[in-house]
This record gives sequence, structure tokens and C-alpha cells, in this order.
Amino acid sequence: MNLLSIALKSIRQRLVASSLTTLSVALGVALMIAVLIINGYISTMFRETGTGYDLVVGPQGSRFQLVLSTIYRIEQPIENLPWRFYEQMRDHPLVERAIPIAIGDQTEEGQFPIVGTTPFYLTTSYGARGKKFEVAGENMNEAWDAVIGSEVARKNGWTIGSQFRLIHGGQDDHIHDERFTVRGVLARTNTPNDRSVFVNLEGFLMLAGHEKPIEEAIAREAAFFGESEEQIRVRYADQIRNAAAQDHSAPGHDHAHDQPLPTLQRQVTSILVICKGADTVRRAAAAMSIMSGLKERNQAIAVNPVQVMRDLMDNLLANVRLAVLILTGLIILVSGVGIFVSIYNSMADRRREIGIMRALGAQRRTVFAIILLESLVLCIGGGLLGLVLGHGMFIAGAPIIADRTGLVIDPWHVEPLEFVIIPALVVLGTFVGFLPAMTAYRTDVASALQQ
Amino acid sequence: MSLKLRNIQKDYREPGGGILPVLRIADFQLAQGEQAALVGASGGGKSTLLNVIAGITEADAGQVIVDNVDVSRLPEPARDRFRAERIGIVFQTFNLLPAFTALENVLLGMSFSNKADPPFARRLLEQVGLDKRLQHRPSQLSVGEQQRVAVARALANRPRLMLADEPTASVDLAHQQNILSLIRSTCEEFQVSLLLVTHSQEVAAQFARVERLADFNRPEAAQ
Repeated sequence: MNLLSIALKSIRQRLVASSLTTLSVALGVALMIAVLIINGYISTMFRETGTGYDLVVGPQGSRFQLVLSTIYRIEQPIENLPWRFYEQMRDHPLVERAIPIAIGDQTEEGQFPIVGTTPFYLTTSYGARGKKFEVAGENMNEAWDAVIGSEVARKNGWTIGSQFRLIHGGQDDHIHDERFTVRGVLARTNTPNDRSVFVNLEGFLMLAGHEKPIEEAIAREAAFFGESEEQIRVRYADQIRNAAAQDHSAPGHDHAHDQPLPTLQRQVTSILVICKGADTVRRAAAAMSIMSGLKERNQAIAVNPVQVMRDLMDNLLANVRLAVLILTGLIILVSGVGIFVSIYNSMADRRREIGIMRALGAQRRTVFAIILLESLVLCIGGGLLGLVLGHGMFIAGAPIIADRTGLVIDPWHVEPLEFVIIPALVVLGTFVGFLPAMTAYRTDVASALQQ
Repeated sequence: MSLKLRNIQKDYREPGGGILPVLRIADFQLAQGEQAALVGASGGGKSTLLNVIAGITEADAGQVIVDNVDVSRLPEPARDRFRAERIGIVFQTFNLLPAFTALENVLLGMSFSNKADPPFARRLLEQVGLDKRLQHRPSQLSVGEQQRVAVARALANRPRLMLADEPTASVDLAHQQNILSLIRSTCEEFQVSLLLVTHSQEVAAQFARVERLADFNRPEAAQ
């Protein structure tokens, strides 16, 4: 009969108290596991989703807003950029590919965010390790084509051939008459792309209200590039003449154009940039050069999305995560105190038991070890149960979470911090078991036997 | 010689600060395999003497030699180990651990001497007539059965000396003789010396050697 089996016997003798204290530790650990898994998932999603792009370029404003709106679609876009600026970025000698992004509208059904972009968006790697989009069907090659994310397809029940309309951003109840047709459905990516609808930028720009009125466009372009309005009028003379002939500035104009929108009136909300370079170091150097160039001209901002999200995670979410982890740590600590109280209170009843063991030849350190083992078994047992419960919750709940939020959580994912839980519980168990164990150690055998 | 006591002194400190002499034993011996009954008045120091012999309580002076080892000179851990290996104790109130079965209670005695021998534990319990009650907890056993488990446990490590402190005091008259016979016969069988404390004249009368504590313990000599 070894010390562990003796300790287990004592635990079994106080089954109700032992079970409750173990359960309290288990629930604390399960809660911690839940926080770690969710936090890990969100961190990974935030950090990795933007890693396919070297830069996000947008109007002057908040870099967080720029990245959150362009890549994560959880913020409103800052403002718009003139098309000519996009063309400059596209033709920049250090740019491999520039992908224009126009956002702000939503689907009429389900209110999913619309991303007006080029087919290149879906042929470009996204996320870490060069992940590629898998499209069932075709890309959005024509003006009125669309590709939808997996969650959009699931929630709205859309398939290839489905048609839908858009709600114009910022204007309540204004629904565009034109319909886009679903040409492809994305396989799940576990990124915000799953909840997005991609439409061909040409079609998106042709929708009423998406063009910049000619006079405003001239003024904005002149201001943006530091040129005179006269210079702009000379540069776009043909487009201005054609626009005047079509009179699109008349009140009540709400129909789409049947021709591609003139470049003067085109605008995008941001640009995803992939730089030239054989490796990440050269690409990063190119990105730095572009960023400093834009900074000098003071026209737009360019940010590294990974860096921005890292800053966001470290400055804001890391603190929230830390607070929640401290809270769950305190829960476990309180559970540890529960174990201490349970064992310590039982010591008075067990004094005679300890006396008997000592009379049978158990050394002081033996009874010390038995009590300490009890504490460790309760703590570690609670910890292991908590690990099973924590992951079990996600095994059982993952389909429900996916159904309700679209987040696909891997219940078997193990966060590095989980490996610290059991050693931490060993420390806790030793700490809370020490005093009762010392009481056992100091028990006077003769007087204990007379009890 | 199984047990020798020489010039044993043991005092207790009274709450008022005074000293209460309990044991003053110049010489006491018990031969190997010998069985003796120790009688004396309540509060006369019988239990203290057994505790001193077992190494549970340290004597203030003198030598306690068990199986040719001076127990009083051993440091506490060694004394504990020695007690586990060489001395069997039967208590008045049996002192079985309630969470353990009869077999586990016997095995528990073995575990502290690192000599776990489950077949021998079973044999001992069969010897005391409990072969059908191995997996029963103390609460599921009669008083007589509990004391039999206690006897088996005391013999678990094949001790050289058995100390029994009023082993029949908690047992009804019908069982007293059975318990006593069991202790004496098993000690005889395993060649274990027996020092049995009792206040019962009937019990003491069954022993060839009966020692009155007052005859060889002179605490008043210290005053």
C-alpha cells in the first residue's frame, strides 16, 4: 500500500467535500481553458488574416480603422481615395500587385458586408503560410458577378446562380435596383471573408450613388494631388464632356450606369498592396519605402496590417485577456483556498488517524507526505478534470458556435499556456496542503491516541 | 532477551509548572517468546510505559532495549522504523482506520516498514478467522472481529515484541476470552514476546508471569 493509495482512501472517506473542492478547481480551469481557446482563436484570426498583404493603403485617418474596415470589415471605411491614386499605386515600381477595395454597402438579405474588388483578390494568397482561396464555381469575372463567403451561403441559403441586391452604405432603406449573380462560393477560411460578399468592382462602381459627382471629383482630385482645378479639367476633358451630356447630376438620379464609370468619378476606400521582392525581407523593405514616400506626400497612409493588428492585440486585447486570465486565476486560487479549508478542517477529526499511523511506524515525513498528496491529488485531479471539461465544452459547443457566429473553433487546439496550468496547480496544491501537512507532522502520537 | 528496561525515568510537566514523576524503573526484562501480564492502578503509568517501550514517547533517561537494540538512543525516524518492523501494538479501542478494509488495515501496518506482503496479510486474517471478511470495513465488522483485525495488523511485520494495552477492555465478556486466547496463541505461534496491560484480575490470572507496575516502578523515589 503506497502513500498515494492511502491519500486516495482519505479523499474517498470525505467524498462529498473532496468532490466539491475538486469540482471548483475543475470549473476554474475549464473557464481558463475556454478563455485561452477563444482568445487564441481570435488572436490567430486577427494576426494571420492580414498576413497575405504587405500594405493597406487608405485615406488619412486611423490606421486601426483602415485595417479593421478593409480586412476585418468591422469598422466603417475612413473616406475614399481617387482612382488615379490607385493607378499610381498599381504602377509603382515596387508594387507587385495593388488590389482596389470598395466597401460600405451590405446585402439586402442578412446584411453581410459587400466588398467591391477585382478578381485578383480571390487569386491572391490570404493569411499566413500562403493560403489560397478555394472557390466552388467561378471568380467574379464580369461586372455583375459575385463570389460569396461560406457563411453567407449557409445563412442566406445562396448557391451559384442566386441573385441579390445591395443596401447602399450610409443611406437607410436605399436599396440598389441592380442585382448581382453568385458565380462562386468560397470554401471556409475561418476569416472575415467567410461572412463577406465579393462583387466585381466594375459593377459596384456602376451602381447609382457610387460615383463621385463631377464637380466634387474635380475639387477632391485637385486637393489630393496638389494641382489646380484647371489642370484637372484639362486632364479629364473628355470624361467631363461625356458626363455633362449624360447629366448624372440631376436630382432623383438613381439608376445604374450601363458603361464603366469614368476614372475621374471612380473612388475606392482602400488598396491592398503586395510588394515586389523575392523574399519577405525584400518585400518589407519595399513596403517601408512606399510607406515613407506616402508619408512625405501626406496624401494617404500605408500601414502593415500585421503590425497594426499586433499593436491592437498588445495594447488593447492583451490587457483584456490578461484581466480575464487573472480573474480565472483568482477563481482557481479561491478553489485552492477551498481545498485548504476542507483539509485543514478535517485535521481535527483525523488527528487520531494520524496518531494510529504514527504508532504503526509511519514517520513524521510520511504523514506529512500523505496530507500533501491529498492536496495535490485534489488540485491536479481538478486541473485534469478542468482540462477535459474545457475542451469538452468546445467539442460539444463547437457546432453551435459555428452555427451562431460562424467561428470554427478547433476544440483540440492546445494553447501553450495550458501546459503551465498543471505545474501551477502542483505549486498551488503544495502551498495549500503545506499547513495541514505540518499539522499532521507535528501531531503528538501519545495524545492523539488518547483522543 | 526481547525487552530490557534499565533506569527508566519519565516525568510529565504539570500545567502549574510542577514536575510529575511517572516512571522510575530500575530494571525490567522480558525473555524472547515470554508472555507477561502487567497490572496496575489507573493512572499508574501503564500506558506511558508501553509508549516508552514502543518509542512513541521518549524516556527522559534510561535505556529501552528491544531485540538487542537500544531504542532510546535511536533518532526519531529510526525509532519509527524500528517500531514498524519489530514491535506490534494492539490498542484498547482497536484503532482501525475506518476508510480501510480489514485487509487494507493489515497491509497499512506493512506499508510503513516497506515489507508489503499481501499473501501473509491474508494468512494472518485467515488465522484469526476473518478469511470471509477481508474486504469489509471496520464499520461492517463486529467488535470482536475488529479486535481480531487489530491483532492481525499488530503481527503483520512479524514483530519480536507485542504490546497490548487493555485489549479486552472494550469487548464484552463473551468475547474477552476469545480475544485473549487469540493474542496469546498467535504470539506463541509466531514466537513473539507479549507484554499485555490489563486491570482485569481474570485476564492476568491466565498468565504465568504477572507483574504489578507498582512493584518495579517507584516514581515516589524521585520526590
